[in-house]
Amino acid sequence: MHFETLADFIDMGGYGFYVWLSYGAAFALLMTLTIMSVRGRQSLFKKIRAKQMREQKLKAYRTGNNNEPKT
Amino acid sequence: MWKWLHPYAKPERSYELASTLLPWFSVSAVITLVIGLVWGLAFAPVDYQQGESYRIIFIHVPAATLAMSTYMAMATAAFVGMVWQLKLADAAAAAIAPVGAVLTAVALITGSAWGKPMWGTWWIWDARLTTELILLFIYIGIIALHNSFEDKVLAGRAAGILTLVGVINIPIIKYSVEWWNTLHQGATISKFEKPSMPSEMLIPLLINILGFALMIGALSIIRFRNEVIDRNSMRPWVRELVERESI
Repeated sequence: MHFETLADFIDMGGYGFYVWLSYGAAFALLMTLTIMSVRGRQSLFKKIRAKQMREQKLKAYRTGNNNEPKT
Repeated sequence: MWKWLHPYAKPERSYELASTLLPWFSVSAVITLVIGLVWGLAFAPVDYQQGESYRIIFIHVPAATLAMSTYMAMATAAFVGMVWQLKLADAAAAAIAPVGAVLTAVALITGSAWGKPMWGTWWIWDARLTTELILLFIYIGIIALHNSFEDKVLAGRAAGILTLVGVINIPIIKYSVEWWNTLHQGATISKFEKPSMPSEMLIPLLINILGFALMIGALSIIRFRNEVIDRNSMRPWVRELVERESI
C-alpha cells in the first residue's frame, strides 16, 4: 500500500479534488452508458410485446367477427 | 474461412454469438478494472514530478487511446457495411458509436482535470486537445445520422460516409504531439521504444487498458444486440425471443 492513512489516500498529496473529479466523472459517464444500454433492451422488448398484443387482439377481433353467424 | 464465417451474416446467428460472448466480456472487464484501478490508485508509487496527480493517467490514457481504436473498429464495420452491403455491419457501427463518444468525453474530462493542476488551465486550444474535441464532435455527428433516418439502410450509408471521412482525424490526433508544439506530453508507451515509465506504473496502466478494452467490448455487444433486435423486430425469431423472456 502506497498511502499510510485513509486521509492521505483521499487527499492524494493535495491533488485529491482533481484525481477524484476524474475518477468520479469517468465512473458516472460509463455507468450512465451501461445503464442506458441495458435499459434499451428492456424498452425494445416492451415495444415489441405491445405490438404483439395489439396484433393478437386485432386477429381475435377479426376471427370473432367472421365466426359470428349472420342474421 | 468464408464457409465458417458465412452463417454469421444471419442476424440470428450473430445475436447468439453476441449472447455467448457477453458474460465473458462483462465478467473479465469488471475483474481487470477492479484490479487495475485499485493498483493504480492505491499501490503504484508516486511520480517524482507530478506527485499523486499522475494517477489520473490510469483512466485518461486507456480512454484516450481506446477512443481512437474504437473509432477504427467502427470505421471498419462501416466500411464493410458500405462495400458489401452487410446490414449487420451497419448495426455494429451504430452500436459502437455511442461507446466511442463516451470514451472520448472521459478522455477530455480527465485530461482537463489533469491539465488544471499541471498546466494551470482546464483547457487550451492546442493541437492534441482540439483534435480530440473534433473526434467527439464527429462521434456525435455519426450518432445523430444513425438516428436521423427511419430507414436503417439509408442511415447506415449516411453515417458510414461521415465515419470514413472522419478517419482522417485519427492519425492527426496520434501525431499531433509530434507535428506541433503542444503542452501535451508525447506518448508514454510506444511499440518500438522502451516505455518511459517504470514497470510499477506501467503494469497497472496496461491492466487498465486491457480492462477498458474488455469493457468497450461488453458495452458494444450489449448495444449490438439491441440494434439487431430493433432492426429485426418483425422476424419470428425475435418474437420467440421476446415471448421466451417475458415470463
